[in-house]
Amino acid sequence: MVGGNINLKKRFRFGEFIAEKIIKGVSFISFAVIVLIFIFVFREAAPIFSPTKQTSTTNTELVQETYGEESSAASETVTEQKNKSVESSGSEGDATAKNLLGNEWQPVSENPKYGLLPLIVGSFKVTFIAVLIGAPIAILAALYTSFFAPRKLREFLKPAIEFLSGFPSVVIGFFALVTLASLFQNLFGYQYRLNAFVGGIALSLAAIPIIYSVTEDALSAVPKFMTEASLALGATKWQTALFVVLPAATPGVFAALLLGVGRAFGETMIVLMATGNAALMSIDFFEPIRTMSATIGAEMAEVVFGDTHYNVLFFIGSILFVFTFILNAVAEFYVRNKLQKKFQGTA
Amino acid sequence: MIKNILILLTGIIAFGFSQKNETITVKGSDTMVIIAQRWAELYMSKHPDVTVQVTGGGSGVGISALINGTTDICNASRPMKKSEKEKLKQRFNTLGVEIKVAKDGLAIYVRENNPVTELTLQQLKDIYTGNITNWKQVGGPDAKIIVYGRENSSGTYVYFKDNVLDSEDFAPSVQTLPGTAAVVNAVSKDKYGIGYGGEAYAKGINILKVKKDANSTAYPPTEENVKSGDYPISRYLYMYTRSRPTGVMKEYIDWILSKEGQEIVTKVGYFPVK
Repeated sequence: MVGGNINLKKRFRFGEFIAEKIIKGVSFISFAVIVLIFIFVFREAAPIFSPTKQTSTTNTELVQETYGEESSAASETVTEQKNKSVESSGSEGDATAKNLLGNEWQPVSENPKYGLLPLIVGSFKVTFIAVLIGAPIAILAALYTSFFAPRKLREFLKPAIEFLSGFPSVVIGFFALVTLASLFQNLFGYQYRLNAFVGGIALSLAAIPIIYSVTEDALSAVPKFMTEASLALGATKWQTALFVVLPAATPGVFAALLLGVGRAFGETMIVLMATGNAALMSIDFFEPIRTMSATIGAEMAEVVFGDTHYNVLFFIGSILFVFTFILNAVAEFYVRNKLQKKFQGTA
Repeated sequence: MIKNILILLTGIIAFGFSQKNETITVKGSDTMVIIAQRWAELYMSKHPDVTVQVTGGGSGVGISALINGTTDICNASRPMKKSEKEKLKQRFNTLGVEIKVAKDGLAIYVRENNPVTELTLQQLKDIYTGNITNWKQVGGPDAKIIVYGRENSSGTYVYFKDNVLDSEDFAPSVQTLPGTAAVVNAVSKDKYGIGYGGEAYAKGINILKVKKDANSTAYPPTEENVKSGDYPISRYLYMYTRSRPTGVMKEYIDWILSKEGQEIVTKVGYFPVK
């Protein structure tokens, strides 16, 4: 009943079936990994919401064994070391809501203060500066490449700018720390060499490629007939670009901006190196700041597992995570719906 | 000729593989990275069968690693805290072993042409807690003091806080930088900057003399002054292990405490414990 031909087809389909399952499996694994990371971050942050009273451990002096100190007894008087081992049980402060909403970040202290506000202000400030500087440059560059640049130049420019996004952020950060900071201080004469402004400029270098790339894609997605109609009506190239194509691509540009904000917000190395890391609550652009990501970057490696400080750092991590997650989701869905409805829906 | 080289190469490789390799991992204080690396290099060149891996990260990082069991030896520029000892006891049922390996004077840096040459401990405290904000108040030019410090994972941070600030909090405007080298770099470029760090790092900037109070004489952090205790901000540098060192580790630590090991301490710019 069954011909050889069909057999062959069946075997072929079987291979396809396997391949399909494998691909499906892989994509589900990556999805599962993301969900697990989500769970992990939140689980580590959770204890701050249910503070377990740290039963203060025995007050007996914990005397350590020493080694190789035969002759140092003679030099005991040499140093002035006030051995403060009677600190109030380490940095085990309680992370109450009041403490978390304070405006001081002093996690290593006799009574630790985990005020997150200066960190949040710092993160938003530097992100704002980065996008304020980066966005116009990136959008104009995208307009140029998709409208005015000769084809050959365009084929070179686009990958070149996108290549920038693969630039190691440590390098950008170091460049900002050593060169940009001095340059801008000489130029503007502000007081703090390392500040939000320098960090923002360095950060914009990281955000520009993303904003550029997505904007460029959105601009190219605008149907040709709109450009042609506009030109046919006698509009100049500039008018067409600015008043016809750019408005048509607004959702895409908006998405690009959101992605740029997300990138700048989560960036760690650049801000860690270039912003001075002082947890100040001010809106002055030329004062040092401390961002959430840089705080995690600088302190995570050092904290003791299970410490309140550790949990608070994870809490900061989950704030960052939720924020960038929302940004990315909005960017993604907004573009999907709006942009596609606009062109495919009505065309 | 080529044959000879080949034989030689195989010989070297075979020799390399035939060695049983013992690895000691050392992690911790950034202040001690240079010295720990010198020790490791010299020791490895004398004992090819031992590998010593050195990483920095800060004293807190090192102690955490010791508690988490990811390093054999931890470098720390401050003594272990009580809470850390407790954590270590919970995990490994040991309080750890403390080994004093060097002494260090904590230097105060300013940029080269700053007219201020000495400060009292009280002035330093006021600068870092934010009570003094202008160089004028300590006999300098009329300019805001740009204050640099270390990240709170650093032993130097804790040491400075305990011994200069009397455990008070740093002012929020203190800019914290990752690593002493970064502090030195920043101060060397900032006209009105001030920073602190290990004496060994201080190149291309001025080191201030420090006096205990307004009436005493100011001393620079030289070997004699640190040893005699005249320089008021000095500390020990420590190594910690979980249990009393044995075998290869014992040999390594004994060598560090030997005359040869302590000579390196002097060469790097710290002061020997013996």
